[in-house]
Amino acid sequence: MSSDAPIAALTVLGAVLGLDVVSFPQAMLSRPIVAATAGGAVVGDPVSGLLAGATIELFALETLPVGASRYPEWGSASVVGGALLGLHGAMHPGALSVALVAAIATGWIGGWTMIQLRKLNGVWARRLRSSIDSGHGTAVVGLQFGGLFADLLRGGLLTLLSLLAFVPLAEATLAIWGADARLSRAVSVVVAASVAAAAVWKLFRVTAGARWYLLGGLALGLLAMWLQ
Amino acid sequence: MPSRVEPAPPHLPVITRMEMALRLFMIQSAWNYELLLGNGIGFCVEPALRLLPGGKKGVAYREALARQSQYFNAHPYLAAVAVGSLARAELERAEPARIERFRTALCGPLGSVGDRLVWAGWLPACSLLALAAFGLGAGPVTVVLLFLGLYNAGHVALRAWGLSVGWRRGMRVASALANPVLREGPAHLARAAALVAGVALPLALGRAIGPGRTLLGGSVLVVALMGALAARLPVWLQGWRLALGVLAIWIIYSLAQFTVVR
Repeated sequence: MSSDAPIAALTVLGAVLGLDVVSFPQAMLSRPIVAATAGGAVVGDPVSGLLAGATIELFALETLPVGASRYPEWGSASVVGGALLGLHGAMHPGALSVALVAAIATGWIGGWTMIQLRKLNGVWARRLRSSIDSGHGTAVVGLQFGGLFADLLRGGLLTLLSLLAFVPLAEATLAIWGADARLSRAVSVVVAASVAAAAVWKLFRVTAGARWYLLGGLALGLLAMWLQ
Repeated sequence: MPSRVEPAPPHLPVITRMEMALRLFMIQSAWNYELLLGNGIGFCVEPALRLLPGGKKGVAYREALARQSQYFNAHPYLAAVAVGSLARAELERAEPARIERFRTALCGPLGSVGDRLVWAGWLPACSLLALAAFGLGAGPVTVVLLFLGLYNAGHVALRAWGLSVGWRRGMRVASALANPVLREGPAHLARAAALVAGVALPLALGRAIGPGRTLLGGSVLVVALMGALAARLPVWLQGWRLALGVLAIWIIYSLAQFTVVR
């Protein structure tokens, strides 16, 4: 399976979607529900990619980019998660659990790389300080494009290294997976949904009346789920 | 009735306006812990500053660009308001000290309003709507297009409105920030998003787990219990970190099961 992974195409996708998180164009192409679906589509299974994306999206609801907060970089991470699930198929026992661990770990490291990039941007800004302070257009524009290309490189490298580590690791793990397929999938989704439930409660309880809308919606949602 | 006629802004060629609008999408690419969004503001205002007397080589251009590239903090989408109003202030040759005071005063409101409206309102609302569509059985193309189309309709409209209102009002832009959409929008959005969240979470859970009422019913109960516990976690101990630990333990257990079965 691992030899079938289109590493180059996924690396380019991870670079572009990693760039979208902060640098350009912040159109939320990097949200898990989009990025993991795209990752799954690249390996030929967008439906599994969507399942990975929806599950990672539940985690991402907890880490909204408010202010200068530090958060996982979900763009490149979701490409890795979606591709891993797509490579093995959503029905493979344990595939969702392994894809989620790979995506969260990549997102965590990706968040760290974003902080390092911001520090690097700071170093470049200090070096160009006198030129910026005297209004040189090339310094201002150069700093901006330098940060843009460094971020593109960061996302690509992160995706590449993560795929090189997790594709064989996932293959080896899934070959000796012992737990039931449906239970494995349920455990992964329940963990993600618990994080999301806590996140939406914390997010909306501060708005007057919102908790009643949440409870009303929950009643409707549970009814619809049961009737499906 | 008092007259509220605003002075007409100076002429801004369409190509300059488009270049500024395009640059707004890159406003954060040199974000750092010293200048924050500062260089990005200078980068976005720069096309307009070329219209100052003497052009790119003129003293006015250099002084204005140096002023606009200093420390600045705002929400990246609403920074468009600052870019429009600061560009107009510079082209109208307002007093430098006044521009600097105005620039400093813009930081707070453009940050807090944007965070509440976009990051804590519009983004989760669109994300939850996409999850609800997934839960109702929509395919990959429908879910992705629904999310991207809806989110970016709001995103691009906000940036375009910001640049336009900033340019039209110049240093009198404060009144635009009292717009009902910005003032009351976040609360309405939060209520709508809370309703969608309630519908979306069980539906998404149902589709992701698949058929089987016993497993699904048990899963709902566990989510309610674990969600209530996770809501009490201290802020620094984020749920996704704990989730990584739980999933890692689950993987180790599953591999041990394989050994036991053999």
